Amino acid sequence: MSSTDIILQQLLNGLTIGSYLAMIALGYTMVYGIIELINFAHGDVFTAGFLISLTLFEWFGAGGKTLTGFRLVWMFTLVLILTMLACGIINVIVDRIAYKPLRKAPRLAPLITAVAASFALENIYANWKGPSQIFYPDYFPRVDILHNWLHLNTTVLFTTQDALLIGLTIPMMLGLRLFIQRTKLGKAMRATAQNAAAASIMGIDVERVIMTTFFIGGALAGAAGMAFGNFLHTGRYLMGFDAGLFAFTAAVLGGIGNITGAVLGGFLIGFLKVFSDQWIGGQWTRAFIFTILILVLVFRPQGLVGEDEAEKA
Amino acid sequence: MTKQTKRQAPKNNARSELQKRVLFGLILIGLFVLPQFIRVFERATDLSILITLNVGLLFVVLALGLNIVVGFAGLLDLGYAAFFAIGAYTMGIFTWPNLGIQWSFWVVIWISAVVSAIFGMIIGAPTLRLRGDYLAIVTLAFGEIVPRIIRELWKITIKIPFTNIYIIKDFNLTNGPQGMNPVGRPNIFGFEVGSTAIGPAWFRITPPMQWYFLIIIVGALVLFATYRLEHSRLGRAWMAIREDETAADAMGVDPVRTKLLAFALGASLSGFAGSIYGAMIQAIFPELFSFLVSIFLIIIVIVSGMGNIWGVLTGGLLIAFFDRVLLAQVVPQYIPGGDVLQQWRWVMYAAGLIAVMILRPEGLFPSAARQAEFHAEEEIIPEENDTT
Repeated sequence: MSSTDIILQQLLNGLTIGSYLAMIALGYTMVYGIIELINFAHGDVFTAGFLISLTLFEWFGAGGKTLTGFRLVWMFTLVLILTMLACGIINVIVDRIAYKPLRKAPRLAPLITAVAASFALENIYANWKGPSQIFYPDYFPRVDILHNWLHLNTTVLFTTQDALLIGLTIPMMLGLRLFIQRTKLGKAMRATAQNAAAASIMGIDVERVIMTTFFIGGALAGAAGMAFGNFLHTGRYLMGFDAGLFAFTAAVLGGIGNITGAVLGGFLIGFLKVFSDQWIGGQWTRAFIFTILILVLVFRPQGLVGEDEAEKA
Repeated sequence: MTKQTKRQAPKNNARSELQKRVLFGLILIGLFVLPQFIRVFERATDLSILITLNVGLLFVVLALGLNIVVGFAGLLDLGYAAFFAIGAYTMGIFTWPNLGIQWSFWVVIWISAVVSAIFGMIIGAPTLRLRGDYLAIVTLAFGEIVPRIIRELWKITIKIPFTNIYIIKDFNLTNGPQGMNPVGRPNIFGFEVGSTAIGPAWFRITPPMQWYFLIIIVGALVLFATYRLEHSRLGRAWMAIREDETAADAMGVDPVRTKLLAFALGASLSGFAGSIYGAMIQAIFPELFSFLVSIFLIIIVIVSGMGNIWGVLTGGLLIAFFDRVLLAQVVPQYIPGGDVLQQWRWVMYAAGLIAVMILRPEGLFPSAARQAEFHAEEEIIPEENDTT
């Protein structure tokens, strides 16, 4: 593999990894924008997407074999919708149990329940699917696009499964943008993010907005979890921790509370992750991303595009 | 005014002072003979209680340290185990025979505390300027990353780029996943604590008992230190910051410096306890310092009642005993299906933590100030404050 090919390959990898990180980062940033809380359990909702979609494929009788033709279309769509629904509901339940009773409590209280909720979910997964690595079969067909479809003579590998990740996340993010900009509920979300008390005086049902936010965030994380499974084929009950840390770093990097920022941050972290995997060593990637988080907090806590949100005491 | 009442108290209650001393003496004697009873009990039941009790007691010491950070200063530190690991591994590095340093335990324990405090400052300085959420997630990540880095530090190679000159090649600092074994033991006047049993047959002091006494002494010192800290100028500053940072800042308390002090002090105590832990269990592995340790300590501090030293002490002992002895040993052995309970215990604890936070956020044994804070909304403010 020539060095240009390596760089091209890594850029493509960065793009695919960045797209699922961006999806998770959106959930962090949306919830933070509305209720100013880091939803620690968010990474674990991503894990739920992975595990639930895997279970659903088994229920529908996919049986570990690659799906083809019409079967692929209906089953894949159905599993995607159900997974997103389930993950959205899980996130809403987490909010209802762990955060809602503490809306007016001192800030320490919801943070503690957030950690506890995340920890509870992780251990439920560990008891459900076992603590070891879980294999996710090739349900989505894997075709090398550049060779087999475009007949390019290159060593760069870009498969349909990579394309799936990008093809799933980018429309969803655009859809989210349209939802927030164009719909009435989206407008209510923006209003609540600006000033919840004023929004409530204007007749906006703030609790409903919060519920919607948690639902959308959870659904996006669930879709990301499913796409991730079809792309990397392996996961574990703790996988949400890494994904959550990376996505949170992405959200902070982009300016927490800022939706565009979260997406940009997600892709940026995706590129940084593959850079670290390739040139520093995979075992150091976590520490590398963590260092970036610390550096961002030191030098630019408001993020690359954000306002001075983070410095509010 | 408070000083006066304190000075008057002993005169008025001379008898109760005597009672206190007698009670204190009884507790001391009780603590001294307790291991002998446990030994008899252990022989009868085939449980290993004293070794678990030692770990549990050390966790209570850790919880007292975490109480400074979470309880006094109101900072959520989710990576307390990282400093514990740093302390244990500092002890390991300076006493492991293969590295050839082998300094005395009593010297290294202070080095551990300092090293942990330095790491605490590195993590705390950038994050404590921001709101508390950031500290929580940064410490959470730090706690996950430190054991993994320790695991990788067994083949360190640093090369000057574009040359073949190595600064360090394949240097083994922590022995990676194999763990460090043995870690140096403390030496008291030529006697190695925890090496052999001493004493006559009717009052045999076995190695776990020696550790028990050492931990009890250290625990008492930590208890005394945190008690004094709570009522010091610094302790009041922490509580002022916790209750209202802006108001405290206006009164001349530097929030970042004060919080950093709490955080670093907590970290150094964790490192201190970590070195004892390392020396006690003799073989340290990166896996021993996972997030489970941090969350367990958080549970002790919060469920017992953050900010209240005696609450944390009592709650810590109860929870440690429940988890390490009842749930880990008694239940699976004597109750059919008890292993299911054991398997789901973390989910149970997490649910309990959420329940406590919602129903009784001040904990089971709250401090008065903490209780008032969490119930600020229900408080009825009297029209005229009777302060004289």
